[in-house]
Amino acid sequence: MIDRIAQLRAAGEADVAAATTTDELEELRVRLLGRKAELPNMLRGVSELPPEQRGPVGKAANQARQALQQTLEARIAELAAGELDARLVADRVDVTLPGRREPVGGLHLITRVRREIEDVFLGLGFDVLEGPETETVHYNFDALNHAPNHPARDRSDTFYLAPSANLPAVERAGDPRAEDGGSGRLLRTHTSPMQIRTMEREDPPIAVIVPGRVYRPDSDATHTPQFHQVEGLWVDVDITLADLKGVLLSFARSIFGDEREVRLRPHFFPFTEPSVEVDVSCFACKGTGIREDLAGHPRCGLCKGTGWIEILGSGLVDPNVLRSVGEARGDDAYSPEAVQGFAFGMGIERIAMLRYGVPDLRLLYENDVRVLEQWA
Amino acid sequence: MRVPLSWLGELVDVAGRDATEIAARLNVTGTELDRLLHHGILTPETVVVGRVLATEPHPDADRLKVCRVATGGDEPVQIVCGAPNVAAGQVVPVAQIGTVMPDGTKIKRAKLRGQVSEGMICSARELGIGDAHDGILALDEQLPGAREIPPGTPLSDVLPHADDVLELEITPNRPDCLGLYGIAREVSAATGAALRPAPWTRAGGLDEEAGDPDPAGDAIDGFSVEVRTPRCPRFTARLFDGVTVGPSPLWLQARLAAAGQRPINNVVDVTNYVMLVTGQPLHAFDADRIAGGLLVVREATDGEQLRTLDDQERTVQAGELVIADDEGITSLAAVMGGARSEVHEGTTRVLLEVANWDGPTIHRTAQRLGLFSEAASRNAKGLAPEQAAWAQALATRLIHEVTGGRKVGGTIDVGGWRERPAQQPIALREARVTRLLGTAVSRRRQAELLASLGFMVADTSPETAEGEGEQLVLVPSERRDDITREIDLIEEIARIGVVADLAPTLPVRRRLTAATLTPAQRARRRAEDVLVGRGLQEVAGWSFTDAGAAERLGLSADDPRAAAVRLDNPLSEDHAVLRPTILISLLDIARRNRARGVDDVRIFETGTVFRDAPDPRRPDMPFEHLAIAALVQDDLFAAKGLLESLLGALGIDGWSVEATDQVAFLHPGRAARVLVTPAGGARRNGDGPDGPLQVGLLGEVHPRVAERWDLPQVAVFMIDLDQLLPLVPADVDFRDVGQFPDARFDLAVIVDDEVTAASVVEAARGAGGPLLEQVGVFDAYRGTGIPEGQVSLALHVRLRAADRTLDDEEISGVRERIVAALAERVGGTLRG
Repeated sequence: MIDRIAQLRAAGEADVAAATTTDELEELRVRLLGRKAELPNMLRGVSELPPEQRGPVGKAANQARQALQQTLEARIAELAAGELDARLVADRVDVTLPGRREPVGGLHLITRVRREIEDVFLGLGFDVLEGPETETVHYNFDALNHAPNHPARDRSDTFYLAPSANLPAVERAGDPRAEDGGSGRLLRTHTSPMQIRTMEREDPPIAVIVPGRVYRPDSDATHTPQFHQVEGLWVDVDITLADLKGVLLSFARSIFGDEREVRLRPHFFPFTEPSVEVDVSCFACKGTGIREDLAGHPRCGLCKGTGWIEILGSGLVDPNVLRSVGEARGDDAYSPEAVQGFAFGMGIERIAMLRYGVPDLRLLYENDVRVLEQWA
Repeated sequence: MRVPLSWLGELVDVAGRDATEIAARLNVTGTELDRLLHHGILTPETVVVGRVLATEPHPDADRLKVCRVATGGDEPVQIVCGAPNVAAGQVVPVAQIGTVMPDGTKIKRAKLRGQVSEGMICSARELGIGDAHDGILALDEQLPGAREIPPGTPLSDVLPHADDVLELEITPNRPDCLGLYGIAREVSAATGAALRPAPWTRAGGLDEEAGDPDPAGDAIDGFSVEVRTPRCPRFTARLFDGVTVGPSPLWLQARLAAAGQRPINNVVDVTNYVMLVTGQPLHAFDADRIAGGLLVVREATDGEQLRTLDDQERTVQAGELVIADDEGITSLAAVMGGARSEVHEGTTRVLLEVANWDGPTIHRTAQRLGLFSEAASRNAKGLAPEQAAWAQALATRLIHEVTGGRKVGGTIDVGGWRERPAQQPIALREARVTRLLGTAVSRRRQAELLASLGFMVADTSPETAEGEGEQLVLVPSERRDDITREIDLIEEIARIGVVADLAPTLPVRRRLTAATLTPAQRARRRAEDVLVGRGLQEVAGWSFTDAGAAERLGLSADDPRAAAVRLDNPLSEDHAVLRPTILISLLDIARRNRARGVDDVRIFETGTVFRDAPDPRRPDMPFEHLAIAALVQDDLFAAKGLLESLLGALGIDGWSVEATDQVAFLHPGRAARVLVTPAGGARRNGDGPDGPLQVGLLGEVHPRVAERWDLPQVAVFMIDLDQLLPLVPADVDFRDVGQFPDARFDLAVIVDDEVTAASVVEAARGAGGPLLEQVGVFDAYRGTGIPEGQVSLALHVRLRAADRTLDDEEISGVRERIVAALAERVGGTLRG
C-alpha cells in the first residue's frame, strides 16, 4: 500500500509538472484528487484495513494527498499568472483612438467676464446688486441730472416703450416730452438708475456694483442695441476723486495685469461732477504705442499708437443727484454737504473685447456655439 | 469740431507747439481728440506760385496743352495741362515734382502722349479749397496782388492752403467750444500759451461802429422786429447796403474748407466764418425780400408751411419757433432759413439776424425734422445772449471787407434777456476742493487755474489761514449755463490742474459686513454651473423679438404670455417687442446653429423676460423677471434630468411636476408645470397659503412650433428665477448618513395607465415609515405579460436605521406595508 501511495504521488507530481494549461491542471485535479480517484479512495478505505496498517497507510495517503494538492495549486498559480499576462498582451487597444465623448458646456463670454468683474469688486469691498431693465424717464434721466435737451434722451439714442393700455400712466414732473412716445417708460440706457434706487432704499455708507443688460439703438462692429454694463457707486462721508482712481487702478490691474497704469481724462457726464473717463495703459504694447515684440515694430493697433485704452466713464456723484435722492427719501441722509462719493460705469462687452480679442461685438449675440465654445 | 491749426494760431499764441502736443494737452484737460488730420496737399512746401509763359496745343491730344511755366528756377519747366482755361500770362499754383496730393498720389516727371510734364497746375479743389474743378485756379483773377508775386514763391506764403486740423469731440455742456475762440481759451489754459484778445473786441481789431450797444442807436429805417415769445431771449439785426454777392476771397474759402465747410458765396461764407469763430449762428436775409419790412418772431400754429433753404416744403407744429413777415413764415428760426428770403446773386441789401434761442425748443424742432444743421445743433445747446453782439460785431467788419456792404442805421436789439437778474458770484471754499478731490490745492493755485479759463476770482479775506479761505468767482457769460455751482468750479480746477497727476488712494469699507454675493446670486451662479457641468453651452439671446413671435409659438392673442411690451421706436420690425419668454431666444439660436451644421444643440440662457402687465413690485411698469431656460435636442426626460440636477444642486426638495396640455407651445402629452412647495419659513409669493408654487414649465416643444423653427424633437425647461431663488435654502443642516448597512429590495407593481408614477411613489413613501430612506421608479414596462391599459412600474426601495442593522423581520414588515398601501391607494398588484 505504502509503495502504491508513493507511486501515485510520484506519477501525480510528474503529470502536474508536465501540464501546460490551467485547464489540464483542472482535469488532473479531478483525476488525482476527485471523488473517483485512487488516492482519496485509499484514504476512505483506511478504516477497513487491519489496525496495525491503519496508521502508516493513513498518514502516507494523507501526506501524499496534501503534497499533490499543494503542487497542483502552485502549478495553477504559476500557469494562471502567465496566462493572464498573455491575455493582457492580446487585449492591447489603440490608445490613440478617441475617448467616449462627454459634452463640455461653457458659460457665455459675457457671463464669464461679468463674474470676473464681480469678483474683483467683491474683493475691493463692493456688494453686488441687480435692477430692472425697463425704467422710467425719471430714474434713467431726470433724477440723474440730465438736462431736458441732453442728447442721450433723443429717440436716436434711447429705446422708449410704446404707451400701453394695460399700465397706469407714469407720474411725471415737467412737460410731457416729444421723444418719449408719451409713455414716460424706456429701456434703461445705462445701469445708473440703480444709483438712485439704491440710495433711495439704503442708508449710507454704500459701496455697490450693479451688473446688467442695457439698451441703445446702435448697431455696428463695436455697438449692439443691447449690451451689458457694470455700474459702481461708493458713497460715504469722505470718498474722493483720488479714491476713485485707486479703486479703478486696482480693478485695471486685476483684469489687465499687474503692470497696468490708469489715467483719468476729464470728460462730461450729467450725473457726475467732476467727470472723468478712465484709460488703462495698453497691455498689447505696454503703454508705448509701438509693438516692439513684432517684426518691424509697427504702431500698436489696439491703442492706435496712443499707449492708452479707454475703459470706462466715472466721476464724483453730482450734488444734484444726491439732492434728488434726498427729495425722494424726505431726509438729509444724502445731503451733499454730509456725504460724497464716486460712481462709474463700464461696458462688459468692451472689457471682453479687449481681454479676449473679440473683433466684432455682434459675434457675441450670434451665439454660434462653435464660437462660444472657445471660452468654455 | 474741426480746428485748423493756423486759424487757431490767430487766436492763441501756439507758436512752437505742434498739433500733436496741443491735442495731447487738450485730451487730458477735457477736450477729446477724435483724430488729427491733414487738410489739403501733404507736402505744401513743394507747391509754388508759377507764371504761365506760353501754351501750345499738344501735338497728339486735342484737349491737352503744353505749357511753359516759370517756377523760380533758371529755366521754365514744361507742364502738360488739360484745363480749358489755362492761358499764357496767368499766375497759377504749381505742384512741383515730388508733391504728394491729398489722396496720396505723388506728382512725378511724366510723359503725356509723348510730351514731358514736370509738375501739375492745380485747380482749387486739388488744393483743398472749395469745389471748383472746372479749370485751374487763376490766382491773378482771385488773389489780389498776385501778379507781383515772384514765381517760385511758396504758395503757402501768400495763400495758406494746407493745414493740420484737430477734430475735437465737444461734450454737450460746452457749446462755447463750438467756436474757435472757446477752443483757443481751452488751449491757453491747458498749455499756458497766451490767449489773444477776442476778435470781436476793439482790442481784437474792431472799430467803434461794430460795438455793443450800437452808438448808432437801435433803429433801422424801414425795418422792425417784434418778438412775441419768451423762447427768444435776444434778437439782433443789422442792415447792410451796397453788398455785391460773389465768391469769397481765397483766404476765406481756404479757411472754411479746412474747417470742413463748403464755400457758397461771400455773404453766406461770412456768416459761417463768424459762427466758427464765435460759436454763434447767424442768418442773412435778402432785405428786399422781407415783405412789409416787419419780422415777427413767434411760436407757430399747427400746419403752417414754408420752403426752407434746402428746397424742402416743411410743415411746422404748434410751439415751434418761426420768423414771419407779411407773407407768412420766412424762416424756421434757429434751424434753417426760408428759400423765399434767401440771399442770391442779385442781392444788394442784407439784413443780418443774430439771435439767442431757447435750446430745448430748438432741440425738439431739429430732432422732429431730423435737421441738425451747424446752426441748429449750436442753437439747440443754448448759447449766451451776449454772443449775439459778438457775432454782429465781427460780421459787420467782414461783410464790409468781403462784400463791400456798409452798415446802414443802428442795431435792432429786442427780447427780454436784459431783464434777467444780474449774475451772482459763486462762493468757492478752499477746503471743499481738497475734501472732494483728495489732494490739497492751495487757494492761490485755485485762483490761477480759474483765471486761466476767463473766470474773475476775488479772495474776499486774504488774511485767512491756508486751507480755510473762501473766494468769490464770476463766470464768463459763455460758460454761465454750465457753471452755476461750487462743484462746477471744482471740476474746472480738477480738469485743468489736478486730474493729470492725482495720486491714487483706496477707500475703507465702513459697513461691518464683508462684501459677498447674496444667497440668490450664489444660487444663480450654481444653477448656471450645473448646466455647464452637464455639457450645456450658455447663450445670450436678444431681449428683442418681432411682434409675430407669440403667434408662431401658437399663443392665442388673449394668452398672458402673448402680451408683449412694444417699443415706440424699434430699430427694425424684427426687434419691435421685448421677448415674452426666453423660449423664443433659444429656438432662434437653436435654428441658427443647426443651419450652421451643429447637430446636437444643448444650450441654456439666463435672462430677463417681459410682459405688458403691471409688475406687482412696480405697478406702473411692465412685468419683468429673470428666467433660466434650457433646450436640448432630445426628449422630455432629458430635459427633466437636467432640471432634476439643477433643483437638486440648489437644495430644492419639495418640488414636483404636474402634466398639462394647456401650454400652446408644448407637446400636449409631454408637458408639465414645475411646482415647488416652499419649505417652512420661505418667502411666499404664491396665491394660496399652502399650495405649491408654479415656478416654471417643462416639456417637449410642440412639433408644430418646432417645425416653424426648422427643429426636430427638442425638449426645454423654463424656470422663473425670481420665484425660485428665494426658495433656495441658505444653509443645509448636517444629517447623519448612518454607519449601519442599508437594506434594499425591488418591487414590480402593475397599475392602470392613468396612475402616475408620482402617485405610486407617494403611496409607497407614505407606507414606508421612518425606516424608509429612499424610494423611486427605475423602470416602466408595457407589453407582453401586462394587461392592456396597464403598466408595470419597477420600484427600488432602500431602508435604513441609524442605530442598528435591520433584520429580516423588520424588512419584510415594511415591504408588506408598502405592498398593502399600493393595493389600497393606487390599485396596484404585485407582478409575478
